[in-house]
Amino acid sequence: MTELTELSLAAARDALAKRSLSAVELAAAHVAAIEAARWLNCFISETPERALAMAEQSDARLRRGEARPLEGIPLGIKDLYCTLGVKTTAGSHILENFVPTYESTVTANLWRDGAVMLGKLNLDEFAMGSSNETSYFGPVLSPWRRRGSNVKLVPGGSSGGSAAAVAARLCYAATATDTGGSIRQPAAFTGTVGVKPTYGRCSRWGIVAFASSLDQAGPIARNVRDAAILLRSMAGHDAKDATCVDRPVPDYAAAVGTSVRGKTIGIPKEYRLDAMPAEIDRLWSEGVAWLKAAGAKIVEISLPHTRYALPAYYIVAPAEASSNLARYDGVRYGLRVPGKDVIDLYEKTRAAGFGKEVRRRIMIGTYVLSAGYYDAYYVRAQKIRTLIKRDFETVFARGVDAILTPATPSAAFGLGEKGSGDPVEMYLNDVFTVTVNMAGLPGIAVPAGISSEGLPLALQLIGRAFDEETLFSLASVIETSAPTITLPPKWWLS
Amino acid sequence: MPVDQATVRRIAHLARIKLEEAEVPDLAGELNAILAFVEELAGVAVDSVEPMTSVMPMRMKERPDVVTDGGIADEIVANAPAAEDHYFVVPKVVE
Repeated sequence: MTELTELSLAAARDALAKRSLSAVELAAAHVAAIEAARWLNCFISETPERALAMAEQSDARLRRGEARPLEGIPLGIKDLYCTLGVKTTAGSHILENFVPTYESTVTANLWRDGAVMLGKLNLDEFAMGSSNETSYFGPVLSPWRRRGSNVKLVPGGSSGGSAAAVAARLCYAATATDTGGSIRQPAAFTGTVGVKPTYGRCSRWGIVAFASSLDQAGPIARNVRDAAILLRSMAGHDAKDATCVDRPVPDYAAAVGTSVRGKTIGIPKEYRLDAMPAEIDRLWSEGVAWLKAAGAKIVEISLPHTRYALPAYYIVAPAEASSNLARYDGVRYGLRVPGKDVIDLYEKTRAAGFGKEVRRRIMIGTYVLSAGYYDAYYVRAQKIRTLIKRDFETVFARGVDAILTPATPSAAFGLGEKGSGDPVEMYLNDVFTVTVNMAGLPGIAVPAGISSEGLPLALQLIGRAFDEETLFSLASVIETSAPTITLPPKWWLS
Repeated sequence: MPVDQATVRRIAHLARIKLEEAEVPDLAGELNAILAFVEELAGVAVDSVEPMTSVMPMRMKERPDVVTDGGIADEIVANAPAAEDHYFVVPKVVE
């Protein structure tokens, strides 16, 4: 049965439609794969009974000829999306036993379209991290290994469980979220495709908030078409999120494989870092050559405020986080540590309930919002955000259709290798992705090559607001031009 | 070093996070490392720039001013660590 998990989402959907496979068979194959891969620690909660029950309903629908767009497709859900009656932890001790009494809009959209839930995927605590090492439930291991090595590698983060599960064939695709690179960086590290849609494309309602002006939901899948199929079901208007746009959702999959002839692709000179490894530089040049060969026009562009994006992010995101996470007080839900009075209860609960990185970011956020520092830090960072967005608007106004950059400054690293002494070392992972969140634009990470150590490397495409279709069309050119990136053998089974 | 140990204690109290004395020096160092990282923003000319308030321009939506939800007190207290008769229970706050 294991070969069923090797199918693409699109191929599985076709097989279900032709009734050559049943949804129960697909669900059972994935449930077995998940059980056999517990060593990777991808899932915080497995929901096999629910998966099989949903699959039975899908089979009934398929028999009646009433299949919906994702009928019978088994998916993993990042444990930041609230799921009715299924524990939702955000990777935190403080929400370890939280069982939502409501369903997030994005997951509700997936169930409306017939998808099957396999379980809830591990992540960095409150999505704060780039390696999945801050999860209260332990790190996720990447299914990838360096050639000839058995060193444990991180899958990236914060959507590390989503990326690792998709790469390890534990689900056809997964939901994820991206605040500074949390979809694209783990996708890059695991040889999967990750899409951060335009801010407002997907509803944030029912997704545990980190930094509300930056957070956006999106898919991680094994190829560009599968990501496009999933995004179409995730996206759409929601009256419960005032920042969610009311505009039609295109058929993104129809854009996959369309011609890119005549498209103008910008290459931003500020993304060429001094310390960039030669293989990342080479990958970028190859991407340029592939798009040129497909008929795109390549132009050098300048995004002069790029270097300020990451520092400004480390003011804006912690500030919003400190405000959003004020709700975890040990009173209405979540962990409670008794105290001698209510303040003592708050302080003890939050000290015990939040991990080190989350506490650090809440404190930075509290500091930059505190009296006397608000203008110097927070207001200044929001002004710089205006400048970063203006950089993009200027190049798009000059006729650039999309921008090509590396997705990450390196391939995946080992567990414990980064950020133990200096938190900033870890933050630098998001140097190429964070500008996109600061400007609210869509971005896609697509596998493009293999590092000298045998690990996947990815390129990023950045598009105009709400023009995800151009990104899918360009990403499919990279996907078809790139060397075949063979998923790793299943070493975790032994 | 903008953040000394007294400031760390003050921020922790503002953030309602109890700190062990032993954590204070390391935390001061980490917060200073992050603040040093963002320091270069001070050199950017931003005088005539509007701070961003909404990343995607959109009109605030209006909706009819009517009750759309409610009557779910059981659900609201379902995850409370301590609840009684649909009230959240906290330590005594009024003497």
